Amino acid sequence: MIKNKFTMTLQSRSFNESFVRATVAAFVLQLDPTIEEISDIKTAVSEAVTNCIVHAYKEKLGNIYITAEIYDNNTLKIKIRDKGCGIENISKAMEPLFTTVGGERAGLGFAVMQSFMDTIKVRSVVGKGTTVYLTKKISQRFNVNG
Amino acid sequence: MSVEINVTGEVVTVYLSGELDHHTAKEMRETIDAAIELNMPTLVILDFKDITFMDSSGIGLVMGRYRLLQKTGADLHITETPPNIYKVFRLSGIEKLAKLESR
Repeated sequence: MIKNKFTMTLQSRSFNESFVRATVAAFVLQLDPTIEEISDIKTAVSEAVTNCIVHAYKEKLGNIYITAEIYDNNTLKIKIRDKGCGIENISKAMEPLFTTVGGERAGLGFAVMQSFMDTIKVRSVVGKGTTVYLTKKISQRFNVNG
Repeated sequence: MSVEINVTGEVVTVYLSGELDHHTAKEMRETIDAAIELNMPTLVILDFKDITFMDSSGIGLVMGRYRLLQKTGADLHITETPPNIYKVFRLSGIEKLAKLESR
């Protein structure tokens, strides 16, 4: 069952990379995550949003749609969607070090998301856009105050 | 985000601070590359002590500087890396290209 949810839409401006990860991190605080868990989530979200800006919209302006949900088993689900160019070959795109843009991109975005979250699912239609689903269960720590 | 450069002999030390992502990497890259071109060092040390966040854009930044330094045979060290940043670096296998030290 969903305990809490937020959605937001923002433009694919690179400044918003820090805004989105900070917002998601603030939302997750209600699950009492560890510093490492917050850092993992921020890093994965940053990768997904950067992909929208660099790849989906290719540095042109478009909208990025973010949804984050908290479930009663302490699980966080994040959906990051764009209406950009789409990915032709998802499994190729997810291979570490694979990148289509060259330059200074390391090709590690999906590898980071896979490593730092529990699950990742990518749906994409060429010419229509891409949706990345990320989940992470936040550890439940013993609370001395009951 | 800020970049401070210290030059001692043939060593260029770059003190990075703030958040390193796709948005901030460009300015950091330009400042570092200008210092490398000006000083032609034999060793470049990237100090990550005051970096509070980094995604794979940081890996791209380090890989790019490694490629640049390969032209002159200079070495690249990554030092004072906080735990959350170290985790991203370890994922990339960057220690095959540059000496990597945690904080």
